[in-house]
Amino acid sequence: MKKLEDYREEIEQCVKCGACRAHCPVFGAEKHEGRVARGKVALAHALLEGEVDLEAKVLEDFSQCLLCGSCCAQCPNKVPTEEIVAAARRRIAGEKGLTSFGKGVAAVLGRPKLMNALAKTGGALSSLLFKKLPENSGLRLRFPAPYLDAERTLPPIAAKPFRETVPELIPGREGMPTVAFFTGCGINYMYPAVGEAFVKALRFLGVTVLIPKDQACCGLPAVSAGAEQTVEQLAAQNLQALTRQKADFVVTACASCNAGVGKIYAELGEEYESLAKKTKDIFVFLAEHGLVEKLAALPKAQQRKKVTYHDPCHLRTRGITKEPRQILAALPQVEFVEMANAGTCCGLGGTYSVYHYETSKQIGAKKAASIADSGAELVATDCPGCIMQLQDSVNHAHGKARAVHILELLAEALPED
Amino acid sequence: MLEPRIIKALEEIVGDKNVSTEKADLICYSYDATQQKFLPGVVVHPGSTEEISRIMQLANAERIPVFPRGAGSGFTGGSLPTKGGIVLTTERMDQILEIDQENLVAVVQPGVVTEAFQQAVEKVGLFYPPDPASLKFSTLGGNVAECAGGPRCVKYGVTKDYILGLEVVTPTGDVITTGGPTMKGVVGYDLTKLMCGSEGTLGIISRIVIKLLPLPEAKKTMLVLFDSIDGAAQAVSAIIAHKIIPTTLEFMDGRTIDCVRQATSLQVPEAARAVLIIEVDGDREFLDKQARRIAEIIAPLGVVETRIAETPAESEALWQIRRSVSASLRKVNPDKFNEDICVPRSKVPEMIRRIDAIAEKYAIPIVNFGHAGDGNIHVNIMIDKKVEGELEKAEKAIEEVFKGALALGGTMSGEHGVGIAKAPYIPLEITEQSAAYMKAIKKALDPNNILNPGKIFLDN
Ligand SMILES: Cc1cc2nc3c(=O)[nH]c(=O)nc-3n(C[C@H](O)[C@H](O)[C@H](O)COP(=O)(O)OP(=O)(O)OC[C@H]3O[C@@H](n4cnc5c(N)ncnc54)[C@H](O)[C@@H]3O)c2cc1C
Ligand code: SF4
Ligand code: SF4
Repeated sequence: MKKLEDYREEIEQCVKCGACRAHCPVFGAEKHEGRVARGKVALAHALLEGEVDLEAKVLEDFSQCLLCGSCCAQCPNKVPTEEIVAAARRRIAGEKGLTSFGKGVAAVLGRPKLMNALAKTGGALSSLLFKKLPENSGLRLRFPAPYLDAERTLPPIAAKPFRETVPELIPGREGMPTVAFFTGCGINYMYPAVGEAFVKALRFLGVTVLIPKDQACCGLPAVSAGAEQTVEQLAAQNLQALTRQKADFVVTACASCNAGVGKIYAELGEEYESLAKKTKDIFVFLAEHGLVEKLAALPKAQQRKKVTYHDPCHLRTRGITKEPRQILAALPQVEFVEMANAGTCCGLGGTYSVYHYETSKQIGAKKAASIADSGAELVATDCPGCIMQLQDSVNHAHGKARAVHILELLAEALPED
Repeated sequence: MLEPRIIKALEEIVGDKNVSTEKADLICYSYDATQQKFLPGVVVHPGSTEEISRIMQLANAERIPVFPRGAGSGFTGGSLPTKGGIVLTTERMDQILEIDQENLVAVVQPGVVTEAFQQAVEKVGLFYPPDPASLKFSTLGGNVAECAGGPRCVKYGVTKDYILGLEVVTPTGDVITTGGPTMKGVVGYDLTKLMCGSEGTLGIISRIVIKLLPLPEAKKTMLVLFDSIDGAAQAVSAIIAHKIIPTTLEFMDGRTIDCVRQATSLQVPEAARAVLIIEVDGDREFLDKQARRIAEIIAPLGVVETRIAETPAESEALWQIRRSVSASLRKVNPDKFNEDICVPRSKVPEMIRRIDAIAEKYAIPIVNFGHAGDGNIHVNIMIDKKVEGELEKAEKAIEEVFKGALALGGTMSGEHGVGIAKAPYIPLEITEQSAAYMKAIKKALDPNNILNPGKIFLDN
């Protein structure tokens, strides 16, 4: 992957205007120049120039980034701060070794078999990472110290990983495309219902669905932890799994996976290019295949639920904002309402929220307030990570809204087959 | 390097969490939008007036330079710690203390971001007009210290026109108040106006009393394309001569249009060599009439096309042209010197012609846009620093631009201030005698020259 040095030109493109101060969620919570893109870019430059070493403060500032890309989207010079920070983290991991949490990420993600085994045994997973509350109220799970806050809301672990509950090939109608479903970890281990909804939606259209069993994590958490080798290993495994059988598209229902397979892999070499190019978000795919019109033709329900939409950073920064809203708004049982700050990061940022839960909560609190102001009873989005964080933020704010995947609402609206 | 005992004393004042001598922090507070870099000895984040006062007492007693800083978005290096010492940032002092709807007055801390303040007052139907292009991130303290302006100044005036009073910590650590929350007040010298635009050299603003207006009901935006800059300039004069003062009168010259053409989806015909963005605000029913009137007035002045926005989205699309300027300039050349001269309104075309001649003489592209309504021209000298000799040429061109502006009765800076960037040119504009009076004021307030030394005047 690209080294920090490879970004010299981009780093030098920062004109220090400070515009990113208005858009960086971390800065919004922390009000300190080291936390904003401009500061991080300045530190990256200082590292290249040998003006500063990888001392504690530098590591801390680089760890304080959600990799949300909001800065870049608004930067007049398009300085790719999130890529620069990720490259800095790789350098840090290379020189200082992975943090202990980063090691955990690499160990678990790097071995999908281990992840499956852990998920299957359910309880065994809890001893490693988290523990269900005895009453298991559905959403409340408890993470043990040292990394995970006891106050955090988490979904239960699926009794069986999604991919083990479905066949590898679900044939569709003649003449319709074949789609490889990249499930990602969130859907596979925590939100299998979203996976089922995905299949239902594609079957409704008559699309052939491939769900390769041997696919792995997309690698984004490893990118965030600076675990370069893990990223490369996961990418290679996914390349194999997703190209073993011919598919016209690789479709994701997780914003992070979409950025992982569709963008990050493109940096890894030519062999990944066609995979990256074929990768599509589910709602872009559905919209392109006429689902908006099909939904609009359905009779509207009399009692509709007020639903708002949260833009996952990894879709928003890739320019995907229209299609998820179109589908959501076209659902017969939904009354779509736009909320303020729909496009600001929820505060999860992969491993960010594990290291910096307090700041992450502060960022999430703003989101929770926007959700409450919108009056929506559901906040729908297109990323399991965001769902987890949104629900946690709403619960902390004692809000009433429930966080769901748009696919769950879509599945409700489609006829049973 | 500052002595450990000084650092310790600072920690006692603001708490150790709010003092840093870590290299990473020093780097993060070493720059502003001028892109120059000076490392401070220490960065301090005070949380109250009292803390600022104690910091200043210490600094004054120990003769340590102090550099006040808001968001560090200044274009002239005002917040740069050119002599090491203490960077004092107001980032933590970001509270809106009061919005008094009965008296149309607000009280804020200096670190409040301008747009956050505007949104807060607009929520209750009030209006704070100053709108520097940096309003999303610059602070009100920084705006007052620079007397920031923006597109709306032509109708509403600049920052100082909205500042009723201040609380200021003097360089010796005293806390004084100037003015107050009344609309009138003539007791004593007007220290409020003295502080506005003093670029953090006379005192640290710790509290700001702001005058508000009722929020206009609506606004209307029009974009007019002209075949020459003269047409655009005559249009500005003609509109004002007809006793209409638009909220904004922004112009872009031919070169700017060439840059923007690729950067926007809006079609701009080749024949357009100047653009005016005209916005009017007020009662809704009155706006249509006013827009029509403006279109009639300017029709004979070489208008290529007039577009009037009917919806906020259309208005936003028109403004997009103006907003895309900054980013599109980099296509001309990688490095930019952004000067913000101001000339009497009627002299804008003459000034543009002079600038074009300077650009030709030195063979470097100069792109001009700005606030035609108040004669404030943003002169962007585009060079590639890596090319040998370019920097020297740019410096010569800048000096000629300043001289040109002064010869037309203008000034070297309409809004960005002097800082370190324009300090060498001060003698061109300010006579020795006037400068001596200014320095006497500085000396009286800051006998040891510890507050933002080296700014505005080279020998300060
Ligand atoms: C993209 C961009 C667009 C801009 N557009 C405009 C524009 O349209 N109009 C305009 O006028 N300017 C503009 N500017 C310049 C700049 O934003 C303004 O000068 C702004 O007022 C600076 O505010 P700041 O908070 O960043 O202050 P800083 O840059 O941190 O400081 C500016 C000066 O104020 C002093 N200062 C800061 N806080 C205090 C305080 N509390 N007490 C005393 N002194 C203090 C500093 O010492 C320094 O001298 C622009 C800058 C950028 C980068
Ligand atoms: S907005 Fe972009 S150019 Fe401006 S300071 Fe931030 S990263 Fe640098
Ligand atoms: S990527 Fe997001 S969190 Fe990181 S610096 Fe940019 S805006 Fe801030």
